[in-house]
Amino acid sequence: MKAPALEFHRPDTVEAAVAILAEGDGAARILAGGQSLVPMLNLRVAFAETLVDIGAIRELAAIEDAGDHIRLGARVSHARIEDGEADGHCSGMLRHVARNIAYRAVRNRGTLGGSLAHADPAADWPVAMIALGVDVEISGSNGNRKLPVEEFMVDVFTTALQEDEILTGICIPKACPDLRWSFHKMRKKAGAFGEAIAAAVHDPESGFCRVVAGSSAIGGPQRLNLLETALQEGPADDDAIRDALTRTIGPLDRYEMQIHTVCLRRAIEEVRT
Amino acid sequence: MTTLSLTVNGRQVNTEIDPRVNLADFLRDRLSLKGTHLGCEHGACGACTVLMDGMPIRSCITMAASCEGVEITTVEGYDDDPLMARLREAFREEHALQCGYCTPGMLATAYDIVSRMDRADENEIRAELAGCVCRCTGYRGIVRAIERCIAEKSA
Repeated sequence: MKAPALEFHRPDTVEAAVAILAEGDGAARILAGGQSLVPMLNLRVAFAETLVDIGAIRELAAIEDAGDHIRLGARVSHARIEDGEADGHCSGMLRHVARNIAYRAVRNRGTLGGSLAHADPAADWPVAMIALGVDVEISGSNGNRKLPVEEFMVDVFTTALQEDEILTGICIPKACPDLRWSFHKMRKKAGAFGEAIAAAVHDPESGFCRVVAGSSAIGGPQRLNLLETALQEGPADDDAIRDALTRTIGPLDRYEMQIHTVCLRRAIEEVRT
Repeated sequence: MTTLSLTVNGRQVNTEIDPRVNLADFLRDRLSLKGTHLGCEHGACGACTVLMDGMPIRSCITMAASCEGVEITTVEGYDDDPLMARLREAFREEHALQCGYCTPGMLATAYDIVSRMDRADENEIRAELAGCVCRCTGYRGIVRAIERCIAEKSA
């Protein structure tokens, strides 16, 4: 199938993009790499009267060292991260996550910001970004704001973005050299979406510790505070993981419980050893 | 309508397009480059893979209007590119195609794999190829053709 008739804009500044969004009255959407939005337009499960292509906004493709964090422009592609352009102590994790998203042809177009703003519950970046404790930068008609990514990811296909706002950058804190991380994804085929995703991050120097699970079955990324304490205190057994999943997310059927438990156990064990 | 200027197979194209048109349809219907094949039209099968500025992309889920200023290479456009010439040969030697429908996408993907990777075992090649579907189940030949070209690179 093909996308329906639509209006197309390709502004070269964030301000111009915001102005078009504001005029669009909710029916305008940002087009970044389009690797989710375009197939959804083709299949008529997403709707847009106006597309605002951000491909010509150069500042959104920048990667910069900003002292205590690395700032990635929202339209930095997965492939650039896979190739190591976002350097820093957590770059091993960033590269690992990027390399396992879909296929290289998709990673060449798909973007980090697009993945966060699209908020597919099965996507990898929201899980990884919450695990790393990043902040996101947003521009809109009322100026700029910055918020932690876990506040940005509101629900399934829902973010904190207002109709006239655009995600502009992702600020990833520089971790200590001893940062330990793990990212596990269960899927039936290379390139497919994960059926269960788990990320664990522990910085022994600062004590920063996060355990996050994600998938469509559990409604997108979920931080599991109960396991964060466990991770620092001793090995987490499967009962503790199941208990944390049930108390955080609610009841899961046996299959979902099993794959999420195994993913989380592997992630936690890898960070601990 | 929106204006579009890009380079396709070395030729400058300046035109007006309906912004709902994807790159694959633009190449096939407006430029009559029928070598780019459409399979699933939602980014899952890889048949429509072409190179944009030297990198493989899915032309069915890329809006043509997003291609302002880029350079597109389709299967018709490699001319005497030495790597593509060698890949074509290796595909023939290894029987890496049967019906040929997936071949343009396979060649673009293979071109990228051989360009990027100095060594790769069969599993790595299969993982890299996972986004391209061959319904004649001819993967063995395709993988061997790519393996051969990578091996020759480091020889």
